[in-house]
Amino acid sequence: MSFTTLLMTVFSTTLIYAAPLIFTALGGTFSERSGIVNVGLEGMMVVGAFSSSVFTLSFYNMFGNATTWISLLVGAIFGLIFSILHAVATINLRADHIISGTVLNLMAPALCVFLTRVLYNQKGQTPIIKQGLGTYTFPVLSKIPIIGKALFTQTSLIAYFAILLGIVSWYFLYRTNIGLRLRSVGENPVAADTLGINVYKYRYLGVLMSGFLGGFGGAVMAQSITLNFSASTISGQGFMALAAMIFGKWNPLGATGAALFFGLAQSLPIVGGYIPFLAHVNSFWFQAAPYIITIVVLVIFFGKAVAPAADGVNYIKNK
Amino acid sequence: MFNKTKLSAIAVPVMSVIAGFIVGAIVMLIFGYNPIVNYGSLFSGAFSGAYSIGETLRDMTPLILTALGFAVSSKAGFFNIGGSGQYLLGWFAAILVTLKFHTLPGLVLIIFAILAAALAGGLWSGIAGYLRAYFGTSEVITTIMLNYIAFYFVNFAVKNWLTAKGEDSSANIPSKASLRTPFLENLTQNSTFHWGFFIALLVAVIVWFYFNKTNSGFELRSVGTNEAASRYAGMSVKKTIIVAMFVSGILAGLAGGLDGLGNYQNISVSNSLPQVGYDGMAVALLAANNPLGILLAALLFAALSIGGLSISVFSTTPTEIVSIVTASIIFFVGIKYAFEYLINKFLTKKELIKKLNSAKGDKKA
Amino acid sequence: MTTTVVEMKNITKKFGKFTANDDISLTLKKGEILALLGENGAGKSTLMGMLSGLLEPTAGQIFIDNKKVIMNSPRDAKALGIGMVHQHFMLIPAFSVLENIILGDEPNKKGRIDYKKAAQDIERLADKYHLQIDINAKVADITVGMQQRVEIMKALYRNAHVFIFDEPTAALTPQEIGELMKIFRALTDEGNSIIFITHKLKEIKDVAHRCVVIRAGKIIDTVDVDNTAEETMAEMMVGRKIDNSIEKAEITESKLMLEVENVSVEKAGHTAVKNLSLNVKSGEIVGIAGVDGNGQSELIDALTGLRKVKTGSVKINGVDMTNSPTRKITEAHVGYIPEDRQNVGLILPLSIAENLTLKSYYKKPFSKYGFLNHKIINQNGRDLIKAFDIRSQSEKEKVGSLSGGNQQKVIVAREIASNPDILIAANPTRGVDVGAIEYIHEKINEQRNQKKGVLLISFELDEILKLSDRVLVMHAGEIVGEIDPKNTSAEELGLMMAGKKVTNIQK
Repeated sequence: MSFTTLLMTVFSTTLIYAAPLIFTALGGTFSERSGIVNVGLEGMMVVGAFSSSVFTLSFYNMFGNATTWISLLVGAIFGLIFSILHAVATINLRADHIISGTVLNLMAPALCVFLTRVLYNQKGQTPIIKQGLGTYTFPVLSKIPIIGKALFTQTSLIAYFAILLGIVSWYFLYRTNIGLRLRSVGENPVAADTLGINVYKYRYLGVLMSGFLGGFGGAVMAQSITLNFSASTISGQGFMALAAMIFGKWNPLGATGAALFFGLAQSLPIVGGYIPFLAHVNSFWFQAAPYIITIVVLVIFFGKAVAPAADGVNYIKNK
Repeated sequence: MFNKTKLSAIAVPVMSVIAGFIVGAIVMLIFGYNPIVNYGSLFSGAFSGAYSIGETLRDMTPLILTALGFAVSSKAGFFNIGGSGQYLLGWFAAILVTLKFHTLPGLVLIIFAILAAALAGGLWSGIAGYLRAYFGTSEVITTIMLNYIAFYFVNFAVKNWLTAKGEDSSANIPSKASLRTPFLENLTQNSTFHWGFFIALLVAVIVWFYFNKTNSGFELRSVGTNEAASRYAGMSVKKTIIVAMFVSGILAGLAGGLDGLGNYQNISVSNSLPQVGYDGMAVALLAANNPLGILLAALLFAALSIGGLSISVFSTTPTEIVSIVTASIIFFVGIKYAFEYLINKFLTKKELIKKLNSAKGDKKA
Repeated sequence: MTTTVVEMKNITKKFGKFTANDDISLTLKKGEILALLGENGAGKSTLMGMLSGLLEPTAGQIFIDNKKVIMNSPRDAKALGIGMVHQHFMLIPAFSVLENIILGDEPNKKGRIDYKKAAQDIERLADKYHLQIDINAKVADITVGMQQRVEIMKALYRNAHVFIFDEPTAALTPQEIGELMKIFRALTDEGNSIIFITHKLKEIKDVAHRCVVIRAGKIIDTVDVDNTAEETMAEMMVGRKIDNSIEKAEITESKLMLEVENVSVEKAGHTAVKNLSLNVKSGEIVGIAGVDGNGQSELIDALTGLRKVKTGSVKINGVDMTNSPTRKITEAHVGYIPEDRQNVGLILPLSIAENLTLKSYYKKPFSKYGFLNHKIINQNGRDLIKAFDIRSQSEKEKVGSLSGGNQQKVIVAREIASNPDILIAANPTRGVDVGAIEYIHEKINEQRNQKKGVLLISFELDEILKLSDRVLVMHAGEIVGEIDPKNTSAEELGLMMAGKKVTNIQK
């Protein structure tokens, strides 16, 4: 394998694995910035993966090649609907955020596999999607020597979109008034309330955005990596996205960077065999690396210190 | 007058369970399945005959222990989501020990394997405790991460150390190391019921005693409710955190060990983390961390999962309906505020009516 | 000064069965400073909560600028020109000063915040009212005084003309209080009006025109400040004559109980206590006066083993106990009444009996071989409840369900029952009613009369001057002087607290 081909493989697999994580981690960032802890990202991804798979399988005849892209939105919308459960429980009914998030993680696979069995003759998995997201070669950029082949040839278009979304999310949170208000209810909801900011509304916004993006991430996972839905389609990616969010210090740019890094770590067991000095390293280390690194980073940077001040704190209005 | 706190302590889990079953029934109705028939086969699947009961009790065993593990850390104020990883390591350690030291006499081998399982779980969870105590690292995140590390490690170790080339499962443990015995098999029509169940019961009683009657248990509860005050009172918060997480992991590891020696008798490469860790959390949440409540909640959840198997045997209803019920129950436990609100409203209304009635009575007199 | 800007008519507010405000009526005139005087829990904050749109009245009407209004949210109150400066600042430490000011009313172009315009608007207002603020600083990094100015600026930025200040001087240095009073006058000179919630009579005398006295949710009287004596207002607030005397027994011989030598303590990278020395003898109360945040908490933490001493030594009863663990210090007969009873002194969800043995649960007879004896723990609870007059249903009741004063009595009971040689008390009467204050003062003085050593830290000058035999003044982590409470006025003490080293005051 030539060096540039190797680079291309490393970059494209990194991007493919990073894309679902980026979307989901951004979702988590919005939720936690608004003060709602979200360990239920995994469940949101499951719902997104399931609904997008069902959509592609059912409507390919109607929408043709556009089906895959529409299915991502479908996954996102169902993720959003599912996240209402978390929003109502934590924002209105004062549930513990971690318990509620755990409920999402318990409920999503149960519900989705149940529905899969209902829809597909009691089989626990859907048939294979014929048309996935596939790879994309950028028209002009791919002609640039070396970089063109490494970064812009047969790569993941959706991942570039994800990175762009990371930047947009940062702008949204740190430069717009809605972003400022959303962050304010995650820092000090009482203070925000005294300024006439509707704490519930902005917390809903945060959670629903996380449902939308988590569902989107799950859909991307199904449409680009597993190409079907089963109980094991989402196995830990939601938690990895959560880790990326923390690793990235609850900042969209940081989360994007961390997700890319985890994507790289996940691509290593796949491409590691081609890289001479990595070929003999046991695959366990590649698989466990993102998790080990997260712990190490947390220990070094004190994890908690940078979280939004009112993350996980229920707001009870005194009327 | 009713004691509102005590009433809601009992009413919330009961109402949550009922509500969870109602949700399950609604889901079944929506998809054209018959909830009454299905709940009927669920019940008989779990309780009709010695075999079913044996299976249900066997399924309770790891649930009791992982739930107790979760409860111990919860009492100290920590959310140990690492039950699955600790369970898996316990399972692995027990099988590893029995296979590697198979020449030892049976009872010694069993004790050795169980201790190894408990220690493996304890040390794994202890890492999270140590990091929390000395670096303030959120145990929620570390235990999640440790779950996946344990998962990949056990798969790797099973594949490389315990299986023949091309195989995915280890050899079975020698029967002298098994917790199943002919006596129990005869008693329960050859179910997988094993001695581990009685160990779990005993541990539940010990944990109850530990929480309520010991210095260390008091420290655990103090630190769990107020760290600053505990420090002020001269307790070592760091020590308490580490003890709590260690004990918590020991219990989860024990669950894995007993399941390995009693239920599975070997270990295989798996493609996801064992669900029992999360189910144990659910059990503890339903029981509000009360060790005796955990026994009841574990019985319910075990009945659901064992009885759930019959649902798909006797109808086309997917087994997952049971997990939907479980998740719903925990959802309702989570929003207990809603129930407490309703109970409160109900009680105040009742009091009000009572008052009004007595006021009327006064007038008449 | 004749136009009425605020009128509250027959306001009643109930929380469940509890009536916090009972048929209250008051008016505020243009350019006026109106003081609202009352004890903790009298209902002042509730009343102002309704005026600022945080709470809705159960009954009654509110008129702003002679128009009847219904306020459903703080937003409505803001729109009517009412700005509230809360006792606990409503600021977001992680945000900049500017972001804190504009939050909720951001100038923007298509959703993008217009930081330039915001900065200009704020600077214009800052000039007009002489408010010094650094708009680019993070709120977490600025002083309490500036945080308060940020709060005032928040109200000005929203075009407020009625300002409500809830206990605004609680955490300020005497200088900062002076500056605040200047700001008050600047505000009223421009035609604004102020309602000023406080329990400090001196400040009322200083700036207020009229004073409304509230007790137990009801208005007692509205008086002209210039024509009313402080004592009269105090009596109206409490509802009876206050007995401010305590009996101090003559102490003939005494020995050193606590010796602190050259102690330095660090907090978050900076030196909070600098090279500090002090001692406490048996049979005396040593008071430490000072404004909050001058190293008092760090000093006590260091004395009680909750924080490490960096340099220097601490001797208790002649034994070196520097950096000993908390439990060892407790066992050396040191009792400690902490400032924050709800978060430090007590574990609210545990029972009274359990809280009463919080420091001794592991010792005989409460515990043997690591096992607790609940029978004896509960008996001890019943005994102390009786001895210290703790009003409760039973010893098994959760401590969290007691009133503030009774919670504080639980702590006092526990610490005094442990029969300490040294008692450290930090703001022992903060936030409790006058009855409990008197009781706690008596108990502390009793310890002194029994030849114990007492170290008292308080932000209330009156408390310090009333109880102490000697007063040390702490500023910026150092003792800046020692005074005799009998020959020193609160004014002199105030100056020293601001950091003036006064050497010519006799020891």
